[in-house]
Amino acid sequence: MPSGYVPILIFLVIAILFPIVTIIAAKLIRPSAPFLVKLEAYECGIKAASDSRGRYTVRFYIVAILFVIFDVETIFLFPWAVRYRDLGWFGVAEVGVFLAILVVGYIWAYKKGALEWV
Amino acid sequence: MDLTFVVISLIKILVVFAVLMTTLAYLQWVERKVIAHIQVRPGPYRVGPHGLLQPLADVIKLLTKEDLVPPYVNKALYLAAPFLAITMALLSISVIPFGPEITVFGHQTLMQLTDLNIGVLFVLAVSSLGVYGIALAGWSSNNKYALIGGLRSSAQMISYELPMSLAIAAPLLISNTLSLHDLVMRQEGSILSWNLLHGPFPQIFSFIIFLIAAFAETNRVPFDLPEAENELVAGFHTEYSSMKFASFFMAEYANMITVSSMATLLFLGGWMAPWPEKYGSSFVPAVIFAFAGVVALYHGMHAARRRDKKTLPVFGIIFLLIAVVFVLPITQIWLIPLFWFCAKTGAILFTFMWVRGTLPRFRYDQLMGFTWKFLFPVAILNLLVTGFLVAWFS
Repeated sequence: MPSGYVPILIFLVIAILFPIVTIIAAKLIRPSAPFLVKLEAYECGIKAASDSRGRYTVRFYIVAILFVIFDVETIFLFPWAVRYRDLGWFGVAEVGVFLAILVVGYIWAYKKGALEWV
Repeated sequence: MDLTFVVISLIKILVVFAVLMTTLAYLQWVERKVIAHIQVRPGPYRVGPHGLLQPLADVIKLLTKEDLVPPYVNKALYLAAPFLAITMALLSISVIPFGPEITVFGHQTLMQLTDLNIGVLFVLAVSSLGVYGIALAGWSSNNKYALIGGLRSSAQMISYELPMSLAIAAPLLISNTLSLHDLVMRQEGSILSWNLLHGPFPQIFSFIIFLIAAFAETNRVPFDLPEAENELVAGFHTEYSSMKFASFFMAEYANMITVSSMATLLFLGGWMAPWPEKYGSSFVPAVIFAFAGVVALYHGMHAARRRDKKTLPVFGIIFLLIAVVFVLPITQIWLIPLFWFCAKTGAILFTFMWVRGTLPRFRYDQLMGFTWKFLFPVAILNLLVTGFLVAWFS
């Protein structure tokens, strides 16, 4: 049913145009008087000691990896849920095995301390 | 695909867009009023009667503010981030149905822009694209507060997406469809056939998990760590001003509307009335508005403040007129479903504001521990129990 996507396409065009039009409209009427101090990085009035392109904690990386694994597995559950009544007990057993593997991985990650945030 | 289809789509798109923009502006007014009353103060009161023109004043203020683009930012990404945030937030509303199929001037049309057969997945996919806007804004600003805010926000949003999608999958086991229109049609009947209370396993746990995840997805209190103002100034949008700041602001409110309507569609039966029409559910909106009109008229007669003497009777008459519109047979067909949809979505939006006025903020390690160690396993367990019981009883 590709014609179902036509209204979405039109809506997308409007949704893209809306911020462009408002930002251009704002550009025409707003004042612009930048000077050096105003353009500095905002750090509560204290002069920035360093660039912000530094290192940050590896925890964010671990969360991202865990997310990719579990989110892909979650998406697999949607087609299963839609065909659930046709599949019957076969579907229950299949997803039972599928989720068992997922849960083993989850417990392993838990035991390894990947879910601790300190 | 013929011309009438395109014309009808265009009209619907324009109506939805106009209503959406007004709602976004006034949702913020409602939120300020609700929080003000929770904190025992009047809230916006100066611009127009009861501050009703405040959103207009805010728009003018944001349009005329100076737009600073600091020289040290990564310019392309810095400009793209607010666009991504607002466009994706608006786009996910395009598949939300507001009512059933109706006939306008002889044309059958849905009260929805388009009914995709993968509607639920579309909303999930597009709303998770909004993370890019926030992550890019935080990184490209080249500001420490923005960077930390952006990182926190992306980590939080992807973590809470897992329990959210698991909580969405559980009611789908009962409804067996991804089309949002069919999803509501399969909850037809009374309050007992809504997925929230529908047997064999009422989806109350899924609903609670979904709501908690929705609070985190939209970066609202008690999960508003990305913009924790007493440690991070304004989080990922610290370096944004004027309309670019407004884009992020509108995106947040648009996301709130999307998750609230998703909760309504998935668990609360969409536009279906809580009990069948033959027991008089179609008179409820008229009665509510008539009652509101009478109360407003009464208080206008016994005004506490001088200006209320003029404004309250006007509101009372408007409410009574709305009550009359709700009993007219022509408008009733499409207004009643719309009323129930807006009432349910509004109740969830009110919960968002209520929680903001009540709860303190989480600590970041508590926030991440809560979803990974508690919410995620509970959501899996809930899904398995639902699946088992549905298979057992069918």
